[in-house]
Amino acid sequence: MSPTNQTLHGSAATSSGVVAAKATLEGWVHSTETFGTADGPGIRYVLFLSGCPMRCLYCHNPDTWHRQDGTLTPVEDVLADIAGYRGFIRSQGGVTLSGGEPLVQPKFCKAILRGCKAMGLHTALDTSGYLGSLADAELLADVDLVLLDIKAATGRTYRKLTGAELKPTIQFAEDLASLNKAVWLRYVLVPGLTDKLDDIRSLARFAAQLGNVERVDVLPFHKLGEHKWRDRGQDYRLERVQPPSEALIEQTREIFRAAGLLAH
Amino acid sequence: MNTMTKITSRADAWEGFVGNDWKTSVDVRGFIQANFTPYAGNSAFLQGPTQRTTALWAKLEVLLKQEQAKGVLDVSADRPSTITAHDAGYIDRDSEIIVGLQTDAPLKRAIMPNGGVRMVEGGLKAYGFRLDPTVAEIWSKYRKDHNSGVFDVYSPEIAKARKSAILTGLPDAYGRGRIIGDYRRVALYGVDALRKFKKAEFHELDSAEFTESIIRLREEVSEQYRALDELKQMAAKYGFDIGRPAANAQEAVQWTYFGYLAAIKEQNGAAMSIGRISTFLDIYMERDMAAGLIDEAQAQEMMDDLVIKLRIVRFLRTPEYDQLFSGDPTWVTESIGGVGDDGRPLVTKNSFRILHTLNNLGPAPEPNLTVLWSEKLPQGFKDFCAKTSIETCSLQYENDDLMRPHWGDDYGIACCVSAMRIGKQMQFFGARANLAKAMLYAINGGRDEISGEQVGPTFEPIVGEVLDYDEVVARFLPMMEWLSGVYMKALNTIHFMHDKYAYERIEMALHDRDILRTMACGIAGLSVVADSLSAMRHAKVHVVRDERGLASDFRIEGDYPSYGNNDDRVDSIATWLVETFMGYLRRERTYRDAVPTMSVLTITSNVVYGKKTGNTPDGRKAGQPFAPGANPMHGRDHKGALASMASVCKLPYGCSQDGISYTFTIVPSALGPTEKERVGNLATMLDGYFASNGHHVNVNVFDRETLMHAMDHPELYPQLTIRVSGYAVNFVKLTREQQLDVISRTFHVSH
Repeated sequence: MSPTNQTLHGSAATSSGVVAAKATLEGWVHSTETFGTADGPGIRYVLFLSGCPMRCLYCHNPDTWHRQDGTLTPVEDVLADIAGYRGFIRSQGGVTLSGGEPLVQPKFCKAILRGCKAMGLHTALDTSGYLGSLADAELLADVDLVLLDIKAATGRTYRKLTGAELKPTIQFAEDLASLNKAVWLRYVLVPGLTDKLDDIRSLARFAAQLGNVERVDVLPFHKLGEHKWRDRGQDYRLERVQPPSEALIEQTREIFRAAGLLAH
Repeated sequence: MNTMTKITSRADAWEGFVGNDWKTSVDVRGFIQANFTPYAGNSAFLQGPTQRTTALWAKLEVLLKQEQAKGVLDVSADRPSTITAHDAGYIDRDSEIIVGLQTDAPLKRAIMPNGGVRMVEGGLKAYGFRLDPTVAEIWSKYRKDHNSGVFDVYSPEIAKARKSAILTGLPDAYGRGRIIGDYRRVALYGVDALRKFKKAEFHELDSAEFTESIIRLREEVSEQYRALDELKQMAAKYGFDIGRPAANAQEAVQWTYFGYLAAIKEQNGAAMSIGRISTFLDIYMERDMAAGLIDEAQAQEMMDDLVIKLRIVRFLRTPEYDQLFSGDPTWVTESIGGVGDDGRPLVTKNSFRILHTLNNLGPAPEPNLTVLWSEKLPQGFKDFCAKTSIETCSLQYENDDLMRPHWGDDYGIACCVSAMRIGKQMQFFGARANLAKAMLYAINGGRDEISGEQVGPTFEPIVGEVLDYDEVVARFLPMMEWLSGVYMKALNTIHFMHDKYAYERIEMALHDRDILRTMACGIAGLSVVADSLSAMRHAKVHVVRDERGLASDFRIEGDYPSYGNNDDRVDSIATWLVETFMGYLRRERTYRDAVPTMSVLTITSNVVYGKKTGNTPDGRKAGQPFAPGANPMHGRDHKGALASMASVCKLPYGCSQDGISYTFTIVPSALGPTEKERVGNLATMLDGYFASNGHHVNVNVFDRETLMHAMDHPELYPQLTIRVSGYAVNFVKLTREQQLDVISRTFHVSH
């Protein structure tokens, strides 16, 4: 399941040499939320793309892990659907690509983002950053905001939580900083897992020195996705973990604020 | 007696008002356009409640609590109510600024047997009261009521359609309502002048040929000026001479309210809306403020006091009626905002004040505050509306940009969604026809799926094992045609009899003589039918037949696109349904040449409709509620709120001019992370919805938990207001079943 394996079909793919009718780029779409208000500024058309290389313990969308969990959809159809909501998302909102991990399908993302910018819409990319190297300059040029889900402050916690390395995400964060691309950092607060205050402090220092982090969203762990794990016959390993207390959430936000960041 | 006497009345009531046309004929709109002061600022000028207001409301809250416990606090069962039947009544005579009650005591309900004495008896009995024997004798021996008149005429076919509930909620046993008198006329012209105008209108017809319609009209106009006389007498009981025009703001509020009060003393209409009064009243307030006679706190106090009165409008109804309409609704709808034909928003400071009563007195379902939304409304007002919605859940919104081209810039909303030019138009309220049942009749050859009785015309039933879209549509069409015919026969009968036995004298006295009448039909089950037909076309629907040979259940194989996801494959079916049924209605002849219109509006009666409809081919189980109004079925809209709205926006207003109702329910956190973002997102959403030609939206912002808790502890939530399709109700007044329905409705929680 190579992340760059896009499906390309249409007459151009079959005819040799002749520049034929326009090829149709398709990608795997899991679902859409037309009234998203939690993933970027204003009202967001949130496109959930299927496929994700991570297996985060708290994942609330395990039904988007495999690309085939979605439906193969032509980019034109996606853009036509988005166009229907321009009246709602033109002034303050926009489009957010989420998932799954959208960067599993970089070409598809690129085409959607290009189309959105052509419509004059604000764009956001909601990503773990793990596949940040697949977001080339051309793609990033059409992204107004990156919602970077940093997940953990240390490699050890990150591995425990996601089964993957933190390093590519840190690298992506630094790349975005050098481009001065606006970033909202997202941090899921899980009691017993990501609530070590010292780790949060060092993450806050790192985020602050990047210079492009406009805000930090501290997202309290919740178990609304638990049933999806069970539906798939999988163990939900955080079954006994409770959502963090209001006090802990506020304390965490304060740490980011103390580092000079805006935190919600 | 009250503070008004402190304000010197002007010798010339119209002093300082500009324009002349409105002075020589009845033209309230002309007066407003010439004199109103648009306000484009924000809500910072508003004042909180005065001590007096808070104390008065607290006094009433004690009574409201008693009423909540008993169902009905008290009834004046000894006399049929008329405009002048009762002496003056007060909540607290010394502190009230605006006075007048329906009977001689607050929350004491009147009886109005002209609509139907049986409904009165039922209502009294249900709450432990008895009808005075003399009254009973009069209405059984000497005086006929509307209800009896209707049943003298009904055909067996109508009776069957009514019994099977393919037609439900017909106003054949109660007052039809949905007529808005132009109560502002009382303030602007005074009753004496209005009486003169009416007299002139009467004599214009002296030389006309005395046909049946002219004779009826002449009798009606005579009744109208008799009612105006009684209105004047009623006000005199409170110590006011409303023969002359109102000379200051307090009088303007009082006079306008007296006009409305006369209407609700005499008519127990299903909806008794007040019109579009706030911007009109603002003109008087601005004038008094400029003259230094009142300040902002006093202006607010007048509106608070008026709203207190509007909150305690009560009618005696049966528990069955309340079950159909949910709670104890009166639909005292006030339309706020909108834009004039010249492009100036009609938002004034008083538009803010009336909304602000929700803050000063706490949230409440009545009056039914309705914002006429336009892209052109000032941002400060849009934001205040959104904020008030989020905090009180007590507003509904309708598309002024969509309605203005149809109804001009001085229309009001009657009941939930019905627009009408104030004082120039009325409607014959027609409840609704159950199209989901009609579709089942098409499948079952006109037999009712529950009783098994032959209700519709006898067609060949569909006998195949799998439903074929084209075959079903081919039978559904003549079934809808039949239904539209029975429906119109019933409505023509009802309104003939209502005019004859329960004519709205005072409301019509505050109309022009020659008015536009609409025959306001309605449909229920839009999303059930759309999804059912979509299932037939895009999946496979197997029929399960019972021992009577009736299609009693359906098994769906495969997926089908469902209404509410902005998917043309099914949305086009919903649109087709609206256009088709309206097409049949247009072919029918109507009483008094009323123009047929239609609404897609089921209030919470969607619960009752569901109860009386068997399993449907979309997978809905027998007894399960329909979706309210034009909403998608619960849980079938999976692309979020905007997709749901987009489907609704496709329904053509031109074929549903009596309104298309959509209820949007959301938990606060899903509107945005901070209050500022919630307000911004809601205002933007409303802009987008109406720019996409959406007609109406209820905005419900609440937590599921809040509602669950309120179900078990109603005493803690006396003011918890929720909007159901078209209007707001006290959640604790709903039946448990309705409460569960509200809770199970889609909560748009983000992924």
